[in-house]
Amino acid sequence: MAYIQLPEGLPGIRGAMAFRPATAKPLNELVEILLHAPNSLTPGERELIATYVSSENDCYYCQTIHGAIAAASLDDNEALVKKVKHDFQNADISPKLKALLVIAGQVQKSGKHVTADDVARARALGATDVEIHDTVLIAAAFCMFNRYVDGLGTNQPRDEAMYRERGKRVARDGYVSVSKEYLPVTA
Amino acid sequence: MPHIGLPEGLPGITSAFAFRPETAKPMRELAHVLLHGPSTLTGGERELIATYVSSENDCYFCQTSHGAAAAAHLGKDAALVEQVKRDFLKSPVSDKLKALLVIAGQVQQGGKHVTAESVEIARQQGATDLEIHDTVLIAAAFCMYNRYVDGLGTWQPHDPAMYSSMGEHLATHGYMTPSIEVVQS
Repeated sequence: MAYIQLPEGLPGIRGAMAFRPATAKPLNELVEILLHAPNSLTPGERELIATYVSSENDCYYCQTIHGAIAAASLDDNEALVKKVKHDFQNADISPKLKALLVIAGQVQKSGKHVTADDVARARALGATDVEIHDTVLIAAAFCMFNRYVDGLGTNQPRDEAMYRERGKRVARDGYVSVSKEYLPVTA
Repeated sequence: MPHIGLPEGLPGITSAFAFRPETAKPMRELAHVLLHGPSTLTGGERELIATYVSSENDCYFCQTSHGAAAAAHLGKDAALVEQVKRDFLKSPVSDKLKALLVIAGQVQQGGKHVTAESVEIARQQGATDLEIHDTVLIAAAFCMYNRYVDGLGTWQPHDPAMYSSMGEHLATHGYMTPSIEVVQS
């Protein structure tokens, strides 16, 4: 049971978002820009970064829904998503994404863990300044989202089919669009 | 030196906001709603929560700028801000704020650190569901802002007058507009 009275029937962050639409709006806009808007990193790559950080933070809801969105963006390759969570250095992803995941893992521990060497390695593998910036901010933002979801004790059902179905819709329509289902219409 | 080519002369998060205005917009709006929007918690109380979490995360720019905003809200009481950072249980803040700071400190360590007991104590001291929600989200959001500011290696000058002026601006105008002009070197 959640620590505060959240609207029923909305799992994970959706219950918290519906409880407080004024903060839900910028939260959805931020994640839309970082993970869904056009970017030189693919949606699949960005969702893998979000999933990896959420897994390191041990947030069941976030790692499962973002893992499902990542899989939906990567030809339903759920095995790849699992491999990235547990051992990305040996996963079938680009060296550039591995270098960005190293940076994301440092940010998950704390901002000060990121080293000039980590950044130089990512740059040598072709990462641009915007890609490095977005990697740092995706990792930092999921240190927020994960704490928000777990810190309120939200309901996080163990229902893989629910996450898989939702993941496909978010991958297709984006975060702001699907949030309209549970947020009041604003001017 | 910053890890990426951030605009020069802008301290801390303001350089990252200038580098990527698309993400700056919702990040400013989130801070504005949480710290400056209508709330039953005062601006000073909310800035103290943000300052405490930033101090626990050891982010110099965030704890100094939000500490200055807190002091600006609290009759320039910089000593109180320092005491809340070091030992809030012994500081002269309300028992309700102490209970909320306990929750914020647990969120800083990890969302799963929050306990039903710490929430119950806050409720007994009069905290509402909305106040508990906002405390959790302020603490979580500063785990983002702090990592963003330090993770990019932003320039964080040690300049008390600059932070004091930023704090006054934030306490008065909130977060939707830049709190600082380009610093002339």
